[in-house]
Amino acid sequence: MHYYDLASRVCLDFSSWWQQMKDEFYLNFIKDDRYMYLLKGLWMTLQITFFAVLIGVALGVVAAIIRSTHDKTVKDMRPGFGRFLLKLLNLIVKLYLTVIRGTPVVVQLMITYYIIFASSTNQMLVAVLAFGINSGAYVAEIIRSGIMSIDNGQFEAGRSLGFNYIQTMTFIIIPQAIKNVLPALANEFIVLIKETSISGYVGIQDLTRGGDVIRSRTFSAFMPLFAVAIIYLVIVIFFSKMVSILERRLRNSER
Amino acid sequence: MSADMTNESVKTIEKGEVLISVLELAKHYKSKAGEIHALDGITTDIRKGEVLVIIGPSGSGKSTFLRSLNLLERPTGGMITFEGKDIMSSESDINLLRQKMGMVFQHFNLFPHLTIIDNMTLAPRKLLKMSKADAEAKAMELLERVGLEDRAKAYPSQLSGGQKQRIAIVRALCMQPDVLLFDEPTSALDPEMVGEVLDVMKALAKTGMTMVVVTHEMGFAKEVGSRVIFMDEGRIVEEGTPEEIFTNPTNERLKTFLAKVL
Repeated sequence: MHYYDLASRVCLDFSSWWQQMKDEFYLNFIKDDRYMYLLKGLWMTLQITFFAVLIGVALGVVAAIIRSTHDKTVKDMRPGFGRFLLKLLNLIVKLYLTVIRGTPVVVQLMITYYIIFASSTNQMLVAVLAFGINSGAYVAEIIRSGIMSIDNGQFEAGRSLGFNYIQTMTFIIIPQAIKNVLPALANEFIVLIKETSISGYVGIQDLTRGGDVIRSRTFSAFMPLFAVAIIYLVIVIFFSKMVSILERRLRNSER
Repeated sequence: MSADMTNESVKTIEKGEVLISVLELAKHYKSKAGEIHALDGITTDIRKGEVLVIIGPSGSGKSTFLRSLNLLERPTGGMITFEGKDIMSSESDINLLRQKMGMVFQHFNLFPHLTIIDNMTLAPRKLLKMSKADAEAKAMELLERVGLEDRAKAYPSQLSGGQKQRIAIVRALCMQPDVLLFDEPTSALDPEMVGEVLDVMKALAKTGMTMVVVTHEMGFAKEVGSRVIFMDEGRIVEEGTPEEIFTNPTNERLKTFLAKVL
């Protein structure tokens, strides 16, 4: 076989491959406006993640405060209603952390959808709650480690100025704790974005499900699934970048 | 001991009157080594305008005593009366009382996430509901008094140890306390920075501020102290004017202690 033949074969192969790709692209994304599955799915994924993060942080901070307050002060507390309440809250939080961290998130999502909110038709709300409650358990442990890492002198300084426990936490301890655990928190949010890809289990049209719907229509897996993967990757890289900028800003403010 | 301090009608306390009254204060707790008596029956009055210096070997309970005065440590027995109020009673609001008792710590405990000016104005703004402008004006005035007005926008990590401790003192002053508690304020400082902090404390004593100072600086005790307490094993062993304590100590334990530190 001659060299020229090989070259022309390669050229021919490439141009036919290129044509095939173009056809695939047209079939998967352009025809019948199929790209809209991805666009709408992406929007749904971002919404679920955003609201789940809000719930997760709120739950996580509260749970972390209860846990660390209990660990720090219950020994010195006088017996009474306050101590009983703190012990009870701590027990509830511990149970929450154990159950949530001990079961798969997809099972939690299905239980939330099929059992707890069986009568609800708002799928997004169900997903937001399920992912938020799930994320809260992980955020709680991250923030608790942040609170425990703050020197007790900070706490004493706050109390000596006349701040009560909650004020000391709000103005002095939590801001420092969050700053210390920001990388770990960012990582949790990145995990959460990707975890929402199981929303399809309860019939939510998120990004992953959008790609899957295209696949089932066109019977070609390559383009839609890689498109989905690339979109997740871009989002995660974008958020990682934002977090590292934020971290640098926070660090610089103390130098 | 003046028992009339429990009288609720006492409103403003004049110079020389009892500000804090401590009666049979005790802190006992169990540890592996057995029953520990960190404080074992302390009784004393702290009068307005006096500079009370507490000295003693380490482990004598002097820091525990100081920290009990604003309940950072919880005593297990006895009574503390501040401005006529029993601070350990469940009816008195300790957070409100602490606003009137400033504290300066060995390790400064400035808030690293806030600038100097924010460190100083946080409590006045949130607790005394002062406006930002008023609180900052007051803080700047105090910063000028300690010669650090140019560091208002700096963060604590940018300051030297001596500067940090001066800021910690003025931060406490921003709440306009009636008494300042000092817990070994110069022990964590490099030797060349001790002087600048002691100077601020001396100037403060001259303004008539009531101060309770736990320290190893015998020079400061001699020069500025109006009364010195020597503690050992959770008790007050000797009490008197600086002359009485330093020039003719009678107690054996005090003599041994002074021989070691002077």
